[in-house]
Amino acid sequence: MTLASRYDILVIGAGPAGLAAAAESVAMGLRVALVDEQGAPGGQIYRAITTTPVQQRDVLGADYWYGEKLVAAFERSGAGYSPRTTVWAVTREADEFQIGLSCDGGAQLIRARQVILATGAQERPFPIPGWTLPGVMTAGAAQILLKSAGLVPGGTTVLAGSGPLLYLIAAQFTAAGARVECLLDTTPAGRWRDVLRHAPDFVASPYAAKGWSMLRAAQRMMRIVKGVEQISAIGAGKLDGVRFTTGGHTQDIPADLLLLHQGVVPGINLSNAIGCAHHWDAAQACFTPTVDDWGATSIPGITIAGDAAGIAGARSAEARGTLAALHAASALGHLRTAQRDAQAVAPRRELERWNRGRKFVDALYLPAPEFRIPTGDTIVCRCEEVTARQVTETVALGCTGPNQMKSFLRCGMGPCQGRLCGLTITELIAKERGVSPAETGYYRLRFPVKPITLGELAALPQTDSSVDAVVRIKR
Amino acid sequence: MFKRLPDLAAFHPDARALAVTIDGKPFAARAGDTVAATLFAAGLADCRTTPVLGSARGPFCMMGVCFDCLVVIDGQPNQQGCMIPVGEGMRIQRQQGARAVAAAAGPADGMTPEAQP
Amino acid sequence: MSAAGADVVIIGGGLHGCSAALHLARAGVRALVVEKNYVGRHASGVNAGGVRTLARNEAEIPLALAALELWHHIGELVDDDCGFESFGQIRVAENAADAAALQQREARLQALGYSHERWIAADELFLRVPALSRHCVGGLIALRDGAALPYRTTAAFRRKAENLGQIFLEGTRVLGIRREGNSWVVDTSAGTLSCRVLVNCAGAWADAICAALGEPVPLEAIGPMMLVTLRMPRFLEPVVLGTGRPLSFKQTAEGTVLIGGGRLSRVDRGLETTELDFRELAASARTVRELFPVMRGAVIHRGWAGIEARMPDEIPVIGPSSTAPDVFHAFGFSAHGFELGPIVGRITAELITTGASALPIAPFSIRRFAGHAPD
Repeated sequence: MTLASRYDILVIGAGPAGLAAAAESVAMGLRVALVDEQGAPGGQIYRAITTTPVQQRDVLGADYWYGEKLVAAFERSGAGYSPRTTVWAVTREADEFQIGLSCDGGAQLIRARQVILATGAQERPFPIPGWTLPGVMTAGAAQILLKSAGLVPGGTTVLAGSGPLLYLIAAQFTAAGARVECLLDTTPAGRWRDVLRHAPDFVASPYAAKGWSMLRAAQRMMRIVKGVEQISAIGAGKLDGVRFTTGGHTQDIPADLLLLHQGVVPGINLSNAIGCAHHWDAAQACFTPTVDDWGATSIPGITIAGDAAGIAGARSAEARGTLAALHAASALGHLRTAQRDAQAVAPRRELERWNRGRKFVDALYLPAPEFRIPTGDTIVCRCEEVTARQVTETVALGCTGPNQMKSFLRCGMGPCQGRLCGLTITELIAKERGVSPAETGYYRLRFPVKPITLGELAALPQTDSSVDAVVRIKR
Repeated sequence: MFKRLPDLAAFHPDARALAVTIDGKPFAARAGDTVAATLFAAGLADCRTTPVLGSARGPFCMMGVCFDCLVVIDGQPNQQGCMIPVGEGMRIQRQQGARAVAAAAGPADGMTPEAQP
Repeated sequence: MSAAGADVVIIGGGLHGCSAALHLARAGVRALVVEKNYVGRHASGVNAGGVRTLARNEAEIPLALAALELWHHIGELVDDDCGFESFGQIRVAENAADAAALQQREARLQALGYSHERWIAADELFLRVPALSRHCVGGLIALRDGAALPYRTTAAFRRKAENLGQIFLEGTRVLGIRREGNSWVVDTSAGTLSCRVLVNCAGAWADAICAALGEPVPLEAIGPMMLVTLRMPRFLEPVVLGTGRPLSFKQTAEGTVLIGGGRLSRVDRGLETTELDFRELAASARTVRELFPVMRGAVIHRGWAGIEARMPDEIPVIGPSSTAPDVFHAFGFSAHGFELGPIVGRITAELITTGASALPIAPFSIRRFAGHAPD
């Protein structure tokens, strides 16, 4: 679809939050476009739901296929939709926002009065020795290969880490007939005791039953090693095996695929670069945009919905997408406060239901410090190949924060723009200095938040006047 | 590392095979796959070497976050393999450090920088 | 908190403040630097790193040439090479009009006794910059110019000054200054400091100090925008500047390409933020594409702007206050102060210790703005 030059609301990201936000906005009669990097709607949780070759429905499971309903509602809504579209900048322009985006190798600038970021989550960096070797990838990446391409692990596969997604993926592989050699669970031994106070809430949550059945299924199908304290990927030029330590005992197992997962964290590159306020969320050990209960950020006109505003899962994201749309419509003067609040009752009820049990999950699966804060020669910044030792040595030279560290070591300055090292760098500096991650802060991120070619940038229109003239005539 | 689910063809009879080359060798790719998925389907775990230390890397996140899947596509370097759908006739090359960049950016009025003393 | 016996309080932990602190230490004068963020936070840490005598305002040339000598031995000054590389800087002429202007400049400089800028014809230009588009017709070269790493440089000056006993108070904001007897009292967010001499190196925020001294200046906070690419194979050694259109273009040692040249971002001085203007950056990209066809497919992956001060005549304010005793200014470098950092700190130290500088600083006097009404 060709994007217009102006919208009332631009929604970025076609996961559950973005789909719900766009559908709700358009239902209120607003001019809305949803832009998304992928070729089809669904985000990562419902990735490829309209195109997946995996049609045997029990492989991906009912929670995945639930997304069909959401996508169908979005498609019926008639909201503008631009797939394969990457947003690389959002800047203020008078009382609107100017959005720089690229589609099919062409860049353009469009405007919107309200922007809803529904940019989702990414897997938390899991820096262990050897994690850059070919053959090591995130568990989520393997799940994407399953959903989008029907590819499953075919050799000797080891899953490692912690969190519900790890067991879900194990179950999906098993259902697809793929073999997982071993699951190395890094949930610290004894963590269960610490989190029992949150257990009643979890037991009452919709997640409990699924959680137990996944655990039981995994235990039947593969070797599970609990309380893993250390993991290394071994190999030269490619993965040959995995070394792990549990109960003080170290062993090596052969592997040609190691899938890592240590939970997910909000993707904050866009909200950070826009200048929205963020804070350190100690329960989830990550930086999170600071939002109110509509998703409104510190910058009027920028609203964040879904996991990008704090991890709470797909069904919560859907409710938060609706709330963000109601807020944006109200900010546009399209909806009176009383109407907004009345329409928010149902999504708030959903949100409460799906947030139940979250504290338990967060507390149980908060990754152990040794899997967040590496030491020695372990690579921290994958792009610039900066090690933990280099970072700690630079702290000793008097470098106090991530932005200075960038200047010293170039960490965070490679193509991923800190997505795979930012949290690690913050926590590493904080630990070395004996201060909190909140005080240490995070990288200042810069546009373009996704790379664009010089040719694309050069092809942007010279002035806004021609565009403006056309719009004024139309109005 | 990865294998295709055996019964896919039965579900999607219209899934065509696309003729592509990977480092010059012909390969039949599945329409709908990304370039990175195509590399896995071809049995390749690595897709580039880093410009810093020359270390081998393969696709890591498959969702456009890590930029480890950078490859040369039809002569254009630094393409995110996990974000680009594979297409008929595509020439996919694994990317060697930073070296591929200028070759693809094209000659400056008939001269490539490498050709200069 | 006390100034712990410091004679001098320097406001502003940019390169100029750090350099003044270092040169004062070498002269045996204790100084304390007050910095509201961290050392090198704004323009000093994130500028393009050009070490340039080329295309200077004539008033700045003596200082720039003296600074260049310091740059060529920078390790002796700060125990760090600051990433300084001397591959020259070249200002390219794209047409006959550019060429005429540059050749006239060369003649004028020669008449003034300067030989650091030399005209080169097209064949020498393409030999030195093979990737340059063939429509270019020649250029002015300053052979001994080069580039350095700005944050590393600023940090090196700070570290050396600190090793020699100077004190840096980071995260400390100046709230006000006042005169008490023969001393200056500086109220800061971390307490009160007292000193004999005050140095204003506050960059984009320096006008507040001037206003407090009763000598307001027409300072504008600007944010020159820069773009950087992913690493590319080495194709460029000298820094290349535009003549008829703004451009500064260089490839760093690790292979990334830095595109600057003075196109400006929007600046919020209070929030200390900048906002890039992508239409302006697109114009930069067009210039680059035309001058360096090799850059067509280059991947841009970060843009930024460092906040600094620009004066209406685009030369800095250096020297004593016109209204208050024992106050010295060094600010307003108007987007080309990095190269001057090593020398202006020395000038400030000389002014404080001897009352005079061997270099001609009269053109930089704050008196030239006498009569400027505060906004």
